[in-house]
Amino acid sequence: MLAFLKKPVVVTVEINMNLVALTVMGLISRLWGLSYPRAVVFDEVYYGQFVSLYMKRIFFVDDSGPPFGHMLLALGGYLGGFDGNFLWNRIGAEYSMNIPVWSLRLLPALAGALCVPLAYQILVELQSSHCAALGAALLILIENSLITQSKFMLLESILIFFILLAVLSYLKFYNLQRQRSFSGSWWFWLLLTGVACSCAVGVKYMGLFTYMLLLTIAGLHFWHMIGDQNFSNVSLMCHFLARGLALIIIPVAMYLSFFYVHLTLLYRSGPHDQIMTSAFQASLEGGLARITQGQPLEVAYGSQITLRNVLGKPMQCWLHSHTNTYPIRYENGRGSSHQQQVTCYPFKDVNNWWIVKDPGMQQLVVSNPPRPVRHGHIVQLVHGITTRYLNTHDVAAPLSPHSQEVSCYIDYNISMPAQNLWRVEIVNRESDTDVWKTILSEVRFVHVNTSAVLKASRFIGASLPEWGYRQLEVVGEKLSKGFHQSMVWNVEEHRYGKSQEQKEREVELHSPTQMDISKNLSFMAKFTELQWKILTLKNEDTEHKYSSSALDWITMDTNIAYWLHPTSGAQIHLLGNVVTWASANVAALVYACLSLWYLIRRRRQIYDIPEDVWQLWVSAGGICVGGWAVNYLPFFLMEKTLFLYHYLPALTFQILLIPIVLQHLSNHLCRSLLLKSMFSALIIAWFSSVYAVYRTFSPVTYGDPSLSVTELKDLRWKDSWNILIRKQ
Amino acid sequence: RPFSASWWFWLSLTGVNLAGAMGVKFVGLFVVLLVGLNTIYDLWDLLGNLSLSLVMFGKHLLARVLCLILLPLALYTAMFAVHFTVLNKSGPGDGFFSSAFQSQLIGNNLHNVSIPEHLAYGSVVTMKNLRMAGGYLHSHWHLYPEGIGARQQQVTAYLHKDLNNLWIVKKQDSDTADLSDPSSPVEFVRHGDIIRLEHKETSRNLHSHQHEAPLTRKHFQVTGYGINGTGDSNDFWRIEVVGRKSGKLIKVLRSQVRLTHVATGCILGSSGKTLPKWGWEQVEVTCTPYLKETPNSLWNFEDHINPKLPNISLDVLKPSFAEILLESHMVMIRVGYGLKPKDNEVTSKPWHWPINYQGLRFSGVNETDYRVYLLGNPVIWWLNLVTIGLYLLIALSTAVTLKRGVQLTSELKELSRVVLCGGGQIMLGWLLHYLPFFMMGRVLYFHHYFPAMLFSSMLTGITWDTLLKFCAGFLSPNTTARKVYGGGFLALVLLIMYSFYLFHPLSYGMIGPMASDPSSPMAGLRWMDSWEF
Repeated sequence: MLAFLKKPVVVTVEINMNLVALTVMGLISRLWGLSYPRAVVFDEVYYGQFVSLYMKRIFFVDDSGPPFGHMLLALGGYLGGFDGNFLWNRIGAEYSMNIPVWSLRLLPALAGALCVPLAYQILVELQSSHCAALGAALLILIENSLITQSKFMLLESILIFFILLAVLSYLKFYNLQRQRSFSGSWWFWLLLTGVACSCAVGVKYMGLFTYMLLLTIAGLHFWHMIGDQNFSNVSLMCHFLARGLALIIIPVAMYLSFFYVHLTLLYRSGPHDQIMTSAFQASLEGGLARITQGQPLEVAYGSQITLRNVLGKPMQCWLHSHTNTYPIRYENGRGSSHQQQVTCYPFKDVNNWWIVKDPGMQQLVVSNPPRPVRHGHIVQLVHGITTRYLNTHDVAAPLSPHSQEVSCYIDYNISMPAQNLWRVEIVNRESDTDVWKTILSEVRFVHVNTSAVLKASRFIGASLPEWGYRQLEVVGEKLSKGFHQSMVWNVEEHRYGKSQEQKEREVELHSPTQMDISKNLSFMAKFTELQWKILTLKNEDTEHKYSSSALDWITMDTNIAYWLHPTSGAQIHLLGNVVTWASANVAALVYACLSLWYLIRRRRQIYDIPEDVWQLWVSAGGICVGGWAVNYLPFFLMEKTLFLYHYLPALTFQILLIPIVLQHLSNHLCRSLLLKSMFSALIIAWFSSVYAVYRTFSPVTYGDPSLSVTELKDLRWKDSWNILIRKQ
Repeated sequence: RPFSASWWFWLSLTGVNLAGAMGVKFVGLFVVLLVGLNTIYDLWDLLGNLSLSLVMFGKHLLARVLCLILLPLALYTAMFAVHFTVLNKSGPGDGFFSSAFQSQLIGNNLHNVSIPEHLAYGSVVTMKNLRMAGGYLHSHWHLYPEGIGARQQQVTAYLHKDLNNLWIVKKQDSDTADLSDPSSPVEFVRHGDIIRLEHKETSRNLHSHQHEAPLTRKHFQVTGYGINGTGDSNDFWRIEVVGRKSGKLIKVLRSQVRLTHVATGCILGSSGKTLPKWGWEQVEVTCTPYLKETPNSLWNFEDHINPKLPNISLDVLKPSFAEILLESHMVMIRVGYGLKPKDNEVTSKPWHWPINYQGLRFSGVNETDYRVYLLGNPVIWWLNLVTIGLYLLIALSTAVTLKRGVQLTSELKELSRVVLCGGGQIMLGWLLHYLPFFMMGRVLYFHHYFPAMLFSSMLTGITWDTLLKFCAGFLSPNTTARKVYGGGFLALVLLIMYSFYLFHPLSYGMIGPMASDPSSPMAGLRWMDSWEF
């Protein structure tokens, strides 16, 4: 117990000066002049608006990825005391004084800086020499594109940091595996792998590729363990469970927790409300919640309701009618029933109110106790202001002639009887006797006579001509094939009708709803909806001046102009270090050819290199080439707009491969001493050229100093690069 | 017996059938992939066999290259050669192809064409987009609908030949009148000139302005504007030929032309997207501010009518067979790719298929019609589905058992070999024929699953056979074991035959009330609500 009294307390600290020096250099290269330029640079205009919304706690949906990355950026803003008041509308706009530019850009820069020591450590764990590891770290350090991307409020550097962290932790874990399974550090690195993976996925969905790669590698390693007779069945089971916990369950839980924090932080209604369902909107403060608070939950006969179409695209709309009728003849000569128009109207209006009526009874008020409407019940829908019944019949609809016209029935006494019975089908019911609930139930109205389904036409240009006030068409869809959201409706506003007389009822319809029951969605329901919206929401085509195709990236045939000084020629470009990119490609090619050569020779029982060297060669390739491939090749299958910065994670892996290949060449292919020294000289010359290129391009990497026109023209090494030159 | 006659026969038959599969439908590509993977595995095996000399291995390799790559390729090309020779007349699909391709078709106006060689002012021309399967610059009397840019006349790209594709080339500042005067001298259009294009039928000028285009929101809208050829300064276009100096003449058919809008600096192009109903589902034409060199923004002049110029026979457009082959493939891919589901159309999804979620109505809708409904035999389909899960379970446990080094009897070893090697190959076939459909954006149908279903059924056979043998192996007397095996086998076959009997009216046709009606004889068989027979 008191041993420390007998012996002095000794703390031995081992410091790898390489690591320290690399970290410091990384910090200097990324943090240098961080708040310059004091203007919105490239995608900061995009991420900035989300940071502002976080500061104001306003709900938003961003289809570009999960919220963790945005939250990290917002954390920077929070620490810097940002109040969220800035209009993010133009790249190059000057930042106002209230914006803590330095702290907003700090986290990405730190992440970018830490990638340098991470690269060093990864190579050390791959059993490379310290010299090779140092080389890899230096290559990352002076890679212009990584520096540019780290210095601004962008997500790629954070993503790369987590990806590298995950790879490093897995390697550490795997190397500990041999001696000390289930020790403290073993658990630490295993858990860190899972955590880093989930963070990477949480920043951008691209992180999934690396996560899958690591899962595959872990699976392979475990498969080898199965074949190892030294493990008992029980210990194999323990290993399996530990991996399952750390690599699958924890990442999933972390991912959910990002959304939990996101939804907890953002509790106010905002600009993206209308893409969410009514139930979700009602859970946000302000907006719909103000209106729906205190509505009765169960829809009963006599209820006054507004019906919102569940498909919120391209805009939300409510079932609507007004006193105008369909024109007797349309422009193209087709006839109509000349009955009262029924439309879908994108704005709140007193004409959106409908009353649910029991076909067997005359009264339009809710009885006491209320009789709730259930799934399968037959109802009539009465338009509140005009007291006409929702009706459909075998007349072609105005814009979609294949569907039935929907109208409010006027009895012209011309042997066209009313067909106004509708069956209520609750789509998301749990049992067949479910009650129709406000907001929560999604309902289809099936016409009893023709089994047509009430539907809002949602194709582009579905708005009616002048006579229909450009409101959206509503039809009865006869081919009830399958399920589409445009056929589903939910009750948004709701109250129990009390007045039997039409005059009183009009007053009642105009008055705001008020009663009390509050509804709350569970977290999982909210998460599922938000996740689904993020995955399915498609931004309208976004062609961009600097967008590129995946094939342009390997040879760097493209660049992105990030920022241009308003008056001088100073500018910032995303432009890589040409020599590094080319050497990385060569390294990958050499690796592939050499591996194939070794593999074929090994198949014929010819062993060129020792077995352990071969194992290392394969595992290093699995990580570096595999990491490059999984982060690059999927882009060929994607249809979204692509930019050069999408290639940076793949590039990072490819850069790590260069020193590995060089080291292998020097150790195993340069047999004589003379050859070896010549090779070293070559490497030094090559590295100096990398450094020279870094220096040459650093003015457009840091945006400082400003270059003259001739200097800029000299930098345009490829015709396809877009260096901005001011016209004199 | 490698290199024996029957060995060669079966190898080359594989090649022939690969070509056949490819030639019938592009889905055949998946079976080519399967055979390719198998061959690579096989060669890898041979390479590891040290008793085989390298020369021998080279022979194996060459034989496979010959029979599995060169032979199918030759057959496949031959099919197209026959196709092009037989179909040598012009038809409705001409507009999908480039000018060069069209000149090969008898009856096409470009066949043995003789037209004025250089573009002149006053000429009537058609302009074709250089994108593969790009259309002709087109306009018609209809206006863009309200809310979509300015309410002016639509300009589109149209894939078919039509009088509305004709445009008149005019000078920036002159009228039609003085050009049609036969006595006035002919003036040629030169690279870098500023011109106007007047639509012949409607006399409106090709016009662009800073309104967003209907579909590609970041481009500018292109419209027809003005009355009787009188418009405004937004009607001016600079005409440039790719890779040529200014002042040179512009050749019909051969010059690749770019039209730059003078006022905004954007380039006339076709985005390749199909307009909705209001645009008659023709292709969108925009003016793109992004100055990238793509075929989308390049055009050539195809028809050229100018009575004042002598017609010259142009024999320059002789595309080689390889070019024709390549182009016809590009057109096929593009057209197939364009078969996208329309707005709100309910289509078949790949996940529907293995669970037999939805069939396809082949004929007949009403009760009185003779109806045929394409639907898998649900018993087989669901048995297949269950078996895939079962197989994965069996294969995994077998693999783990072997990996753990458990000693097996020779019978069990044989069974595990069948499960892992035989079953694995079939499983790979199923995956290759099924998974790619998840990544396709085009319209899919239930019958796309049929090749995969064949593999799935074979897998079912292997799995149940193995399972029955495995169970029978536990029973001690040989006779009981054989009884169990035979009984199980018989039960499965009878079950399948009975289900065929139950569902045969679907494929051979039925008449009478729909199955949703309880009085129908098929009512009891409508096991899923999504079936509509």
